Amino acid sequence: MPVKTLTIDGKPVSAVEGQTVLEAAQDAGISIPTLCHLDGVSDVGACRLCLVEVAGVSRLLPACVTKVTEEMEVRTESERLKRYRRMILELLFAERNHVCAVCVSNGRCELQNLAVAQGMDHVRFAYRFPPYEVDITHRMFGMDHNRCVLCSRCVRVCWFIEGAATKNVAGRGADARIITDLSQPWGESETCTSCGKCVQACPTGAKFHKGSTVAEMERDRSRLEYIVTAREKKQWIV
Amino acid sequence: MAQQIKIDPVTRIEGHAKITIQLDEGGNVANARFHVTEFRGFERFCEGRPFSEMPGITPRICGICPVSHLLASAKACDQILAVDIPPAAENLRRMMNLGQIVQSHALSFFHLSAPDFLIGWETPPERRNVFGLIAAHPELARGGIRLRQFGQEVIEHLGGRKIHPAWAVPGGVRHGLSEAGREAIRAKIPEAKAVALKGIECFKEVLKTHERELQVFGNFPSLFMGLIAPDGTWEHYDGRLRFMDGGGNTIADHVDPQRYDQFIGEAVEETSYLKSPYYRPLGYPGGIYRVGPLARLNICRQMGTPLADVELTNFKSMGWGAVTSSFLYHYARLIEILASIERIERMIDSPELASKQLRADAGINRREAVGASEAPRGTLFHHYQVDANGLIQRVNLIIATGQNNLAMNRTVTQIARHFIQGPEIPEAMLNRVEAGIRAFDPCLSCSTHAAGQMALDVTLIDAEGRVLDRVAR
Ligand code: SF4
Ligand code: FES
Repeated sequence: MPVKTLTIDGKPVSAVEGQTVLEAAQDAGISIPTLCHLDGVSDVGACRLCLVEVAGVSRLLPACVTKVTEEMEVRTESERLKRYRRMILELLFAERNHVCAVCVSNGRCELQNLAVAQGMDHVRFAYRFPPYEVDITHRMFGMDHNRCVLCSRCVRVCWFIEGAATKNVAGRGADARIITDLSQPWGESETCTSCGKCVQACPTGAKFHKGSTVAEMERDRSRLEYIVTAREKKQWIV
Repeated sequence: MAQQIKIDPVTRIEGHAKITIQLDEGGNVANARFHVTEFRGFERFCEGRPFSEMPGITPRICGICPVSHLLASAKACDQILAVDIPPAAENLRRMMNLGQIVQSHALSFFHLSAPDFLIGWETPPERRNVFGLIAAHPELARGGIRLRQFGQEVIEHLGGRKIHPAWAVPGGVRHGLSEAGREAIRAKIPEAKAVALKGIECFKEVLKTHERELQVFGNFPSLFMGLIAPDGTWEHYDGRLRFMDGGGNTIADHVDPQRYDQFIGEAVEETSYLKSPYYRPLGYPGGIYRVGPLARLNICRQMGTPLADVELTNFKSMGWGAVTSSFLYHYARLIEILASIERIERMIDSPELASKQLRADAGINRREAVGASEAPRGTLFHHYQVDANGLIQRVNLIIATGQNNLAMNRTVTQIARHFIQGPEIPEAMLNRVEAGIRAFDPCLSCSTHAAGQMALDVTLIDAEGRVLDRVAR
């Protein structure tokens, strides 16, 4: 396995060819904010929160889908990156209806945590207040489109870990939405195995255990990791 | 360390209480109206939400009595599940409501109202507030603050937070009372009880010199309504509805709150965002009724705890059949504080409070449900309709302040009649109107104005609709 050497924030780092900048940084103990990235499933670069600066490249690159190259110089912190990350978060909040105070994931939400970590104290854009509905037709789970950030983590775990291919993304741009099968109520899905992986994967309060009340939605991501580790490394440990 | 506390009334100008006084041809006060202009839109934006979120959403209506909405909402949700919640969960919810009554009533009496009658009506507003009270009656003021704290701590130990605890859930509660919490509450009961008794003693002194207030502060016959235990004991969490007339006769009894709309109609007036509920059989506005401490004490036979029962006997002697002066809301409030503390004391040693069996589970078994409980200010109804999956389709909330709306108008009219003798609004009337409204402890931001002066905007109108005088402060 050829090894690449690069620097991240001035620190010399060696990585295996084919690794992403995000993986290399994580191995070196350098944290980069992410939202659509989920350990165990492939990356799609949907949220752009992991943007980093690479010397010699004028535009910003998403660390989760950028492969390491020899002598690459990566910067994960700068004023410009801060500005962009804040703006991305503000746009996410303005896009749908995120009301943390009464959300099932309050206090345990990746979006909320990111906003706190990036110092987002207000939103400069006009809220869109789209009229989205809640689907609680499933016996065990619910989906609130108001809180979805379209990271597609649920879709990827459904396709690539469970293999059910129940969840999908329909529509484009701001009108994109997560659907079940051919856009039908979740409770009527013929492919859903009710495994709950999508609920474990969701970073916000969009997918939840039915009946959850404010701040009650606890997720256990280690269960997903357990399955992936067992499958890929044949090790039944987390 | 020197500390400066500055309260600027201008920042709270939004909460102006608007009052219109209408004169008749002879130049006498015909009627007065208290308009509530605050926004009421909660019912609409709950539509489409899963019902299980309602106990988390509705407490946001109010920062003063969130617990009341939490409990009424959780009770409505229990009904949707069609379950009897575990007994321990019911007792824990009861305890939280008692804590809520103590803290809210203490705020109303010691912080907001006591300065009026203990420091003196004519004292300038800079000194007629809780800070003035601290200077003039340090022991009582401090006691009042500690009493409120006690109530808040009961809520906090149970719910994990002082305001907006998302603790009561459909089917029960999330967790019991910890041993440390139990200890902390138990330790503070003696002091709380002493302060409550002191407050009562002090208010009885006040009564001796407030004959006029007793007569003109909303002293009129009206109906009274509240929840009551099966044996006629004071109730605050569950029970059935009782309606009583101004002469103390029970006119409807053991009414299941699920059927409230057969007995309570709601009139919507153009001039106010508050709906004005009335007793249906008597129509609008004849079916005017009062809720809250005064009503609850009028309808009950006993408080069910020894010290409070002694006071109840004394309270009942102040009226014939029913106690009708709104000024005595204050006395009723103090008695309820005492009863609540006594009840907390009685419950605090029960091993049940640490039970692990606290939440009943079920699916959607009813499409329509009503949750009712007694908020500090009066009976609170949460009425929900859900679809087959449990998404909210319709919400109706009947809040205490709304139910007292007609009575507050009557009170302001009575005070205006007493003080207005010409085309002007006399200064002396403003303070009295303010206090008259405060007796009801309405849950409006203006009523919690701690700066000692309620933001008032009073307009005097003659029979032809011409504005004669207008005073805003
Ligand atoms: S439902 Fe959750 S996991 Fe799925 S796309 Fe939306 S935010 Fe991501
Ligand atoms: S984590 Fe890289 S784009 Fe979302």
